[in-house]
Amino acid sequence: MLKKRIIPCLDIKDGKTVKGIQFEDLRIAGDPVELAKKYVNDSADELVFLDVTATLEGRKTLIELVEKLSLEINIPFTIGGGISSAQDVEALLKAGADKVSINSAAVRRPELVREIAQQFGNQCVVVAIDTKNINGEDYVFINGGKIQTQLKTLEWVKTVADLGAGELLLTSMDFDGTKNGFDIRMLQNVSQVCHLPIIASGGAGKMEDFTEVFTETKVTGALAASIFHFNEIKIVDLKENLKQNKISIR
Amino acid sequence: MIAIIDYVAGNVKSVENAVKKLGYETLITSNPEEIGNAEKVIFPGVGEASTAMNYLRLKKLDELIPTLKQPFLGICLGQQLLCDFSEEGNAKCLGIFNLKVKKFPSTDIAPHTGWNNLQKMNGPLLEGISETDTFYFVHSYYCEIGENTTSECDYILPFSATLQKDNFYGTQFHPEKSGDVGSLVLQNFLKL
Repeated sequence: MLKKRIIPCLDIKDGKTVKGIQFEDLRIAGDPVELAKKYVNDSADELVFLDVTATLEGRKTLIELVEKLSLEINIPFTIGGGISSAQDVEALLKAGADKVSINSAAVRRPELVREIAQQFGNQCVVVAIDTKNINGEDYVFINGGKIQTQLKTLEWVKTVADLGAGELLLTSMDFDGTKNGFDIRMLQNVSQVCHLPIIASGGAGKMEDFTEVFTETKVTGALAASIFHFNEIKIVDLKENLKQNKISIR
Repeated sequence: MIAIIDYVAGNVKSVENAVKKLGYETLITSNPEEIGNAEKVIFPGVGEASTAMNYLRLKKLDELIPTLKQPFLGICLGQQLLCDFSEEGNAKCLGIFNLKVKKFPSTDIAPHTGWNNLQKMNGPLLEGISETDTFYFVHSYYCEIGENTTSECDYILPFSATLQKDNFYGTQFHPEKSGDVGSLVLQNFLKL
């Protein structure tokens, strides 16, 4: 039986992890490779790295990081952030990334999804969508949630599915950071309009939130950052808890 | 020397890293002579079936591969291309396994993405693996079940998770991305 996936997300800048990360062993805090290894040992099912570097030098450092990650970890990992062309994708995949996540660039030029899917296969194209409810309707936001677009989330989901996306990473801006649980309503609505695997993101605060999202929606993965980085929830404990709640878990 | 067949869209790097970690020397190549002389050959797969077959024809590997006598492992699309025919781009494939590759019905979530376990296991590739072990899959097309099936996986329907005929082995999952149990499967192949 297919297992539900627990996916920690790490923000990367200039090859280092950013955002507060608090482990007992602070030596690993800034080093994405060490942190990734820790999560693999904790039985994470996949990893997502989001690069927030704006400089060219930082992007080169990212490729070196992907090469190191590929050497050290033997589970799938996705790289996102600042990818805007098939050449960007080629460089990251060649360095050893399994998937790439594209967000704003796909909204600006939807054909990018098709180009990547055709050249490298659907399985490596994760379309990340930041969505927010405005007056009862879900809209897509870009540029790290700073710019609202006129695209309705459900329409955009259908479009990228047709263009060849292999997976969706849906972040609810309404729920992100609240720790009140995942955006069940939005995730249910998206599952009704497409058959792609969905990773839920935004709102996880406690173990019950994961049980809820896997019970109430069809998502196959759940992503979180700070609750894992700050050791509020240990992945091994979370998985044990999910198993007790009869969720299919590795 | 372990030859890893290079074909533009493949995730050769991860496979190379995984094999090197187990202490073997590798060569990434699409040169028929180098592939023919290798102790073992790994054919990693990512991408689209008809495009990959065109590439194999271009490099004359479609003629070479069926004649190889050393242990040969096709991974993911690599396993599918060892079958007769794939619905993906209606591609005529290499014909080692007398099976068709079909698309998952569109009634459920596809691609089949994530960790899943195997059933009805046999053969040397899966020595030491139990039904509770899980492997990483990501695919929209699957190999049917037939006489060469050496394990099954169940997603929407049962399909061939691994195949074997003589020196030809296939895994639908990615051993190089399946943690420690994946390494064990690679190790089993490499010590054949």
